[in-house]
Amino acid sequence: MANYLSDAETMSRDELRKLQSERLVWQVRRTYDNVECFRRRMDEAGLKPSDIHGVEDLHRLPFSYKQDLRDYYPYGLFAVPMSDIVRVHASSGTTGKRIVVGYTENDLSMWAQCVARMLTAVGVTKDDIVQVAYGFGLFTGGFGAKDGAELLGATVIPISSGNTALQIQTMIDFGATVLCCTPSYALYLGEEIERMGLKDQLKLKAGIFGAEPWTEDMRLQIEKKLGLKAYDIYGLSEILGPGVGCECTEQAGMHVWEDHFIPEIIDPDTGEVLPEGAQGELVFTTITKEGFPAIRYRTRDICSLNYEPCKCGRTHLRMRSPQGRSDDMLIIRGVNVFPSQIEEVLLKVSGDDITPNYQIVVDRVNNNDTFDVNVEMSERLFADDIGSIQAVEKHITEQLRNMLGIGAKVHLVNPKTIERSEGKAKRVIDRRKLTRN
Amino acid sequence: MIVKQLSVFVENKPGRISVILDALAKHPINIQALSLADASEFGVLRLIVDDIDSAKALLRQIGVIVKTTEVLAVEMEHVPGGAAAILSCLAAKEIAVEYVFAGALQQQGKIALFLRTKDLACAQTTLMEAGYLQA
Repeated sequence: MANYLSDAETMSRDELRKLQSERLVWQVRRTYDNVECFRRRMDEAGLKPSDIHGVEDLHRLPFSYKQDLRDYYPYGLFAVPMSDIVRVHASSGTTGKRIVVGYTENDLSMWAQCVARMLTAVGVTKDDIVQVAYGFGLFTGGFGAKDGAELLGATVIPISSGNTALQIQTMIDFGATVLCCTPSYALYLGEEIERMGLKDQLKLKAGIFGAEPWTEDMRLQIEKKLGLKAYDIYGLSEILGPGVGCECTEQAGMHVWEDHFIPEIIDPDTGEVLPEGAQGELVFTTITKEGFPAIRYRTRDICSLNYEPCKCGRTHLRMRSPQGRSDDMLIIRGVNVFPSQIEEVLLKVSGDDITPNYQIVVDRVNNNDTFDVNVEMSERLFADDIGSIQAVEKHITEQLRNMLGIGAKVHLVNPKTIERSEGKAKRVIDRRKLTRN
Repeated sequence: MIVKQLSVFVENKPGRISVILDALAKHPINIQALSLADASEFGVLRLIVDDIDSAKALLRQIGVIVKTTEVLAVEMEHVPGGAAAILSCLAAKEIAVEYVFAGALQQQGKIALFLRTKDLACAQTTLMEAGYLQA
């Protein structure tokens, strides 16, 4: 099936590089002039915007990190006055600072274009009826998918997430042909539909699933239960939202729109840029975003890039699905979880100087993430009565829920039962097999 | 009289109680009374032993979590109605019993009842006045 291909998507590599260089120079200049964090790092490195002539100088620029968004919360990294910001989005609410991103009118337009390209790449046209079951709100998923599908001219059903019975009713009654949601939710919907015996009433042909890692096995199950082709998308709010990368009908990696983003692969320990095709940490530079530019933003996702031409005709590179992270972050039920957050809670609850020894165990049961936290009992946490000990478990559970936004099962275990290797306790056991190919 | 009891954290896994009892046996420490309060994943093992300080030290050494708690020890005849009488006496004064268990005594025909109440001194006075405890 021939999908519409814009000129931008079929530019030659030479033309693309020239365009990237022009845009990079523009972005470096304006980010230096308007964003204190970047200017400070450039000055510390003894670099001036005039030192950057094009993509060949990209590797000289300083990196940026997620911590920057916390340090400059909420608007300190924006490169335009607030009167030019027409939309803000933020990461899901937990206690502590959320990641806040901002968009100008042009940014919103660019975003919608990226998503429209993405939809086109998997065969969606203006005749399709797109059910957007990503959350609408501060999360970028819902609005991102909706704006792109609308720009394409498709019929958008902005149903947001949740309310499964309504989702299924809508899918059938409104004749949805495309579904956008998280892979776990797609699987859940598929199981419900299978249970209710409604699969042959569906008109779905394609699904675009992202916002969390998912396996080949999940993909096959989703395709079987919903009767559609399931496509992988990649996005992160700090760079854009959904629409940074997406599979085409060839399903051989996710195209990244190189006229808007320059991805690099670096060695996570040394920061050195790795050669084409090597696996390492993914870094992004946004070369057209106005409101909240990102220069060499370290995503902590591990993957590799493929610069070979794709059979679909697009010349933009393809990224492999992330194979893991270079930090210790976990994604559990769609929420980012750092072991350090659990440590913070345990330290507070134990009232001690040192964190109780703990271990996080994540697994997948019935297509849902399970999240258990084993905490070694200490004399401080111990009491002579069952009720008090259970109250401690409950207290830890509540504090974790406040901190993370999701529920964990807390188990108080015998001291010295959490395995150590080389003196360091094994903090995380992730039994889910979440990487593909 | 008020005595010291050892409270021990026990994870609900096979062998967890054995580890504790084996360690005490090796010392050797004799157990006068024991009781296990259980929740689904863990329990609190309560022990009255002949040498509580040594017991505490050696259990700590093998990585077991212990605490000392005070309980009231009441000697009684080992006959029907013995425990009932003591418990009724406390109930009449509206003294709530948190837990209770029994144990051996050297004397034939007698056993010890170990009780935990919120206010041990009050329970002690009540039982003394009723003649169940010596002054």
